[in-house]
Amino acid sequence: MEWINVIVQGVLIGGLYALFAAGLSLIFGVMRLVNIAHGDFIVGAAYLAMVTITMTGLHPLLSLVIVVPLMAAIGYAIQLGLLNRVLGDDILPPLIVTFGLSIILQNVLLTTFSADSQKLNAGALEIGSIPVLPGVDIGYMPLLTFVAAVAIIAGLQFLFYRTSMGRAFRATSDDGEIAQIMGLDNRKVFAWAMALSMAVVAVAGVFLAIRANFDPFMGPSRLIFGFEAVIIGGLGNLWGTLIGGIILGVAQGIGAQIDPGWQLLAGHIAFLVILAVKPRGLFPRID
Amino acid sequence: MSESILEVQNLEVFYGNAQAIHGISLTIEQGELLSLIGSNGAGKSTLFKSICGMVRPRSGTINFKGQTTAGLSPARITEMGIAMVPEGRRLFRSLSVEENLILGGYVRRPGPWTLQKVYDVFPILKERKDYPATSLSGGQQQMVAIGRALMSNPELLLLDELSLGLAPVVIKDIYELLPKILGEGMATILVEQDVTRAMQVSDHFVCMLEGRISLSGQSDAFSHDEISAAYFGT
Amino acid sequence: MQHATITRSTQASRIAGILALCFLVYIGAAPWWAGSADLRLITEILFYLALASMWNLLAGYAGLISVGQHAYVGLGGYLMFSCVLFLGMNPLWSIPVAGVAGALISIPVAWLVFRLKGPYFAIGTWVVAEVFRLSAAQMSSVGGGSGLSIPVAVMRDLGRKPDREMLIYFTAFALCVGAILLVYFLLRSRVGLALTAIRDNEVASSSLGVKIGRIKLFVYVAAAAVTTMIGALIFVTKLRISPDAAFSVNDWTVFVIFIVVIGGIGTIEGPIIGTLLFFLLREFLADLGAIYLMILGAMAIGIMLAAPKGLWGLLVSRYDFSIFPVGYRVRR
Ligand SMILES: Nc1ncnc2c1ncn2[C@@H]1O[C@H](COP(=O)(O)OP(=O)(O)OP(=O)(O)O)[C@@H](O)[C@H]1O
Ligand SMILES: [Mg+2]
Repeated sequence: MEWINVIVQGVLIGGLYALFAAGLSLIFGVMRLVNIAHGDFIVGAAYLAMVTITMTGLHPLLSLVIVVPLMAAIGYAIQLGLLNRVLGDDILPPLIVTFGLSIILQNVLLTTFSADSQKLNAGALEIGSIPVLPGVDIGYMPLLTFVAAVAIIAGLQFLFYRTSMGRAFRATSDDGEIAQIMGLDNRKVFAWAMALSMAVVAVAGVFLAIRANFDPFMGPSRLIFGFEAVIIGGLGNLWGTLIGGIILGVAQGIGAQIDPGWQLLAGHIAFLVILAVKPRGLFPRID
Repeated sequence: MSESILEVQNLEVFYGNAQAIHGISLTIEQGELLSLIGSNGAGKSTLFKSICGMVRPRSGTINFKGQTTAGLSPARITEMGIAMVPEGRRLFRSLSVEENLILGGYVRRPGPWTLQKVYDVFPILKERKDYPATSLSGGQQQMVAIGRALMSNPELLLLDELSLGLAPVVIKDIYELLPKILGEGMATILVEQDVTRAMQVSDHFVCMLEGRISLSGQSDAFSHDEISAAYFGT
Repeated sequence: MQHATITRSTQASRIAGILALCFLVYIGAAPWWAGSADLRLITEILFYLALASMWNLLAGYAGLISVGQHAYVGLGGYLMFSCVLFLGMNPLWSIPVAGVAGALISIPVAWLVFRLKGPYFAIGTWVVAEVFRLSAAQMSSVGGGSGLSIPVAVMRDLGRKPDREMLIYFTAFALCVGAILLVYFLLRSRVGLALTAIRDNEVASSSLGVKIGRIKLFVYVAAAAVTTMIGALIFVTKLRISPDAAFSVNDWTVFVIFIVVIGGIGTIEGPIIGTLLFFLLREFLADLGAIYLMILGAMAIGIMLAAPKGLWGLLVSRYDFSIFPVGYRVRR
């Protein structure tokens, strides 16, 4: 029973990792950009939610109504004002710029909110759980996170493959030059993609902040979890990020069960093993 | 020259330090079909890209319908009414046939061409509309590329090497459809490796050699030897 | 073209070279003119210059943008500690051992991370550094998560304090000069030619038979070996090691990347300029703590927007000369 519980909890936390991964996968798919500040934006969104809640007294989940559009707007602006100017054949400039953003953001959060760890309080949602088997309880919050992840990935999938915005994303990703002579403006397309990615980041940040303590420096490891989920699932595959997240979550759970010090290590090792045997991930869609 | 739709004057285009076009001037009238011939690397595709705004000329002017296109984005130029079937087709490979066509109509210029009309001209595309565009045969892909360009209802259509990589029968089919495609009074510039065919279908021609115009005029006004001399620079 | 002579150097670069040589001798003689605190500062500058040169070799010349070189700095530190504690070796002799071990370990690492392309390669190297850090924290023989110190007796073996400091200084000096010379001679060798060809056109050079994969692997392993050696020496001076200090991404990767990018990536001189500027800024701004880091981040972003070739690139484009001529120039 103990092991079943480990696996069930691992699957559920995998939903959170999929949320970290989906935004990353999205912008890589559209513009071949890896945003090194991705994890820091997740943490930034958590703090933004914290401020919103203190100012308005909203429930953490309701704060999404404010945090999601705000983060999307920030993403749109950063893409138009900054990232579009360094995107090109050379992959170094965008990497360095997002790396710089990461350092700046961490230290802005540090000076504004101090290094103390914080947590958002979601009240009764955090305590309640559904017993499924003897010794296996599914908490409301982990379940909600997982459901949100599935819903968001389904939504992104729909947007990507069934809407005109998604068509613009795919066309620009396939051949940006030709997309432009069809009348698309690459810079705007990229900005929308970043806005969307940051909207997902906002959701990830709020769920992260309800489930665990957060501090200004936990961004990079969230970036790494998201990245590992992307690679495990297969490049360009949105549903793959969910599978990647689940594998990562389960591996970490098993590691922690063996020895608490092994939790993170086990996740990384699972990632490296999959990289060794299936370099393109389990279900790749793009090369 | 009041009816000329496109006027290119003293165009010079560089890729880095290498000059690809050395001062080219040409005009094309409304409804005319102009053939652009020349050997590999003559600068034909570069001329097309300059007209579409994909590359920025260093000097010279391009006027479309009496308006300069200098400094305009490729998207703006498409909105003004120029469309291109690029060399090698360059279909969007993660889009279906129909999505490729729809994207071609992204600028929503009014005109005769609709999805339905494209399907009427190329019935096979309707059958294959949900297939990934690049899963089609070469000839069918070329039809998608043509349809995609038509969907913006252009007034000037640039066709770059329609026959590239296609079997002779397929080429013949596509050229047989050409009058249907161009029937709406569109001006067209056609790049074609097969000089005889290019001369047959066009009113005028321009022959390029190493970034310059080596010969131009009425398509039926020159002998085979004269054209071949201009083509190879001998 | 009548008489074209192809040379690597110009008048200006020869003069600059002589000046640089004089400066080098002056720095090499630091133990005789610098006080203890200054000597320590110069030692640290040499460490960063060496690390920056290695990162520049990877990212600027081989296109391998790693954000995980702190894996090798920490590895070097732990290897040195292991050699000293378990094999009873002299700390300085453990440095070449660390270099060899670092090279050997970097081969399987490369086999893994080279599967990731472009920007994902960068994060892959970061994961490897995380694995190293977490593994070190699991090894109780080297102190686990809290780390351990070098026994005083071991340091005493290196001599009295002034002698010891001088010895460490010369080792650091040799490592740093060695690192720069390694880059210089690599670039002038056939490897350098191949790297230039790859940088100019990856597809064309692969069809010309340039073994891109093998050359990148070679550069990666060489950089790993040198970085491991620098790491070993860094922790000789620190006397204490812990996973968080040894595998600090800020100290050994973020700063190093910012140094190279601000100074000028893809040039030998860039890391030198960047290191000097970094320490200058640190002298004045380090008290600001977090704000100092924000300034560095903003500078890196600013450089990428305004002058992607860095400060040295700006200078060169204005005056066209170099101290380390690795390219050819045609003179008429
Ligand atoms: N993107 C580019 N970068 C650098 N040089 C280019 C580029 N595209 C074309 N060129 C060069 O410009 C010149 C003209 O090329 P262009 O493609 O316009 O010729 P073309 O007449 O279309 O030839 P083809 O019949 O082979 O299609 C050639 O010398 C070519 O090498
Ligand atoms: Mg061409």
